[in-house]
Amino acid sequence: MSWEPSALQQERTAYRRRQARRSTLIAAGSSIVLLVLVAFGIGSTPGWPRVRETFFNADRAWEALPTVAQGLWLNIRVMLICAVLIVIIGMTLAILRTLRGPIFFPLRVFAAAYTDVFRGLPLLLVIFLLGFGVPALQLRGLPSDAVIWGGAALVLTYSSYVAEVFRAGIESVHPSQRAAARSLGLTYRQTLRFVVLPQAVRRVLPPLLNDFVSLQKDSGLIAVLGVIDAIRAAQLETAIDFNFTPYVVAGLLFVALTIPLTRLTDYVARRQGWYGVGGGPV
Amino acid sequence: MTLLSLRGVRKSYGANVVLHDFSLDVAQGECVVLIGASGSGKSTLLRCVNLLEVVDDGVVELAGRDITDPRVNADQVRSGIGFVFQSYNLFPHLTVLDNITLAPIRVHGVAPPEARRRALAMLTRVGLAEKATAKPDELSGGQQQRAAIARAMVNNPQLLLLDEVTSALDPELVGEVLDLLRDLKREGMTMLVCTHEMSFAREVADRVCFLHQGRPLEIGPPAQVLDNPQEPRTREFLSRLRS
Repeated sequence: MSWEPSALQQERTAYRRRQARRSTLIAAGSSIVLLVLVAFGIGSTPGWPRVRETFFNADRAWEALPTVAQGLWLNIRVMLICAVLIVIIGMTLAILRTLRGPIFFPLRVFAAAYTDVFRGLPLLLVIFLLGFGVPALQLRGLPSDAVIWGGAALVLTYSSYVAEVFRAGIESVHPSQRAAARSLGLTYRQTLRFVVLPQAVRRVLPPLLNDFVSLQKDSGLIAVLGVIDAIRAAQLETAIDFNFTPYVVAGLLFVALTIPLTRLTDYVARRQGWYGVGGGPV
Repeated sequence: MTLLSLRGVRKSYGANVVLHDFSLDVAQGECVVLIGASGSGKSTLLRCVNLLEVVDDGVVELAGRDITDPRVNADQVRSGIGFVFQSYNLFPHLTVLDNITLAPIRVHGVAPPEARRRALAMLTRVGLAEKATAKPDELSGGQQQRAAIARAMVNNPQLLLLDEVTSALDPELVGEVLDLLRDLKREGMTMLVCTHEMSFAREVADRVCFLHQGRPLEIGPPAQVLDNPQEPRTREFLSRLRS
């Protein structure tokens, strides 16, 4: 059966279209005005020519790009490897904390103490402790590579954050879901694996992503151990002529990394319907 | 033959005693309907039978075996009992089919193709075959509850516990769920049901048990308990329902 919109509905559609066009125009207009004001405002400050020369020098940016990008490649590798370990350790810690029964008491205490300590310690301190402290022990068989110890510090700190995110997700699953699973005869472990964790992980995906964007930036902190990552590379470039443009290049590259990651996660989550059956007029 | 036997069951939450010295026998193939005001202990009784709650005292025997003994494997006991919840409690991240095959595959060791075949047969029975690949939130309340009943029934339980299964449903959806339960009863399913649907109690129950403050106050055939109650409190409860 074909449907011909009534005159009333056609009028509504036309009205909505006019409104949409008006909104676009207003948005474009206000954006342009704001940009002009900002550009003019900053451009008219007395120090602007110097700042532009020091921070936004196009030639300098182009020159520094290969070195900084090479440093960034290290950040990416560190971040990817750490992220995998962080998810595994964080998930394990979260599960340990939810276990019941007297047998698991030491494990629960260990997990709680671990998250308490490494969430509280400043990351930089952990990097120093591991990066300079452990190699100084001169134990045979331990790696002395600064990247490895810097990465270990990132894993220790971030897995305690991620463990708490996972735990919040696990506890957000309604008890009636556990009751339903147990009523079918599923064991505690099966209930966790097939009913609780799948729902928990979907729920904590956005905050988890937040932690990984943060990890991406904090991976630059291992530079204090003498590793040449993007920030350290930019610093070395800057030291040549005291032009800070390489820092800006590094910053832009970090932003360029995180934006696609965020959009991708949002896209996947929405397509899978993880955020619920959203939409509707409100 | 007695399938389920409760003797002197007591359950409290802190100072609040929900079940006092509760005794009840349910025969094989019998349908016992529990009625009573909210807070009278109906749901707690079902949860104690399914070991979702641990009793403070007393014995629950299923097929002659004391299941309240802490040495029994609670998961194994539950795998032989079906439980249907007031709020359906389907797993929202799984399709209807996966909701139903989860326990057969993971608990009963049924091979996945066979589990799917049984699940589809069960879905056809409850009239939801075309919803097999849908997620629970795409179903109406009545459809979700029928899927939940299919999920409980696919494991061939020896006892089915139904906790206010129509209370969350719109009146026009109640019928489809009650029809299904009527069929199950006709096939000889042993059921312990708590409900506010007096018409269902009258029609399907072999016996009706009126609970008051955690005690079985009056128990007997529906015609006796619902139409000719002996206890003043039963009369009071029923008259409040009618008004």
